[in-house]
Amino acid sequence: MIKARITVTLKNGVLDPQGKAIEHALDGLGFAGVGSVRQGKVFDIEVDGTDRAKAEADLKAMCDKLLANTVIENYSVAIT
Amino acid sequence: MKSAVVLLPGLNRDRDMIAALTKISGTAPVTVWQTDTEIPDVDLIVIPGGFSYGDYLRCGAIAARMPVMRAIAEKAEKGVQVMGVCNGFQILVEAGLLPGALMRNDHLKFVCREVKLRVENVNTSFTRGYAPGQIIRSPVAHHDGNYFADPETLARLEGNGRIVFRYAEGTNPNGAINDIAGIINERGNVLGLMPHPENLIEPAHGGTDGRALFESALGIAA
Repeated sequence: MIKARITVTLKNGVLDPQGKAIEHALDGLGFAGVGSVRQGKVFDIEVDGTDRAKAEADLKAMCDKLLANTVIENYSVAIT
Repeated sequence: MKSAVVLLPGLNRDRDMIAALTKISGTAPVTVWQTDTEIPDVDLIVIPGGFSYGDYLRCGAIAARMPVMRAIAEKAEKGVQVMGVCNGFQILVEAGLLPGALMRNDHLKFVCREVKLRVENVNTSFTRGYAPGQIIRSPVAHHDGNYFADPETLARLEGNGRIVFRYAEGTNPNGAINDIAGIINERGNVLGLMPHPENLIEPAHGGTDGRALFESALGIAA
């Protein structure tokens, strides 16, 4: 069993109104000095097998086909 | 002319769309379920609005990967007209049949109100019933209608008349880039728009500004 964590984040230059709202809320809670907040998504995925290279290729394909919208999002795959 | 309406779990504007198409064409559209791999011979396929798959992952993301979408892509390749309204637009974008992305409204709130649209291109099979630059009324109801495209895509859309509807008179309800409300593919047979023209097609709705869109697509003289 291979465990992986996929992180999907908005590309630079893509406006993130949710991140902005969170930033303001943190400021309202008194956390000074929060420069910026960008919201993203995390997927923890378990893949059968032991072939890490194949798993990584499959996970990247999953990102390209479904988990990320590559028009607006970047992704990274970390196998743990 | 015949039409089809695509049904997916979580859509909620399918009934309105079926009613509008039936009223305007005189014939009820055929309905197509998400797992259907064949679509009957029709002249217009409509993906209505709603919240397919609860908007999980991203609006339209799961629906766009259903078997029926492959069948729609094949029909589009053959030149059949395809129209996506609201969630239908999001699904067409997620499926790669239209460029760009529809993001969370810039003010983060669900918006349900009437907007003004300028018909930017009347040389499409969907808009030939409108006058160039005509301003029409249309309801909108969405949380993720904030259209975004990278600068190259945007330049291509702007340069080739592919922005068909633009929010007018300061009524952009979601922060969409360049006030984009609706776009068409390069071939001119796949249209996506956030507003709901199906909800303004008879006097009882309070107006008929959306009617010409369906009459144009269905080849019915106004």
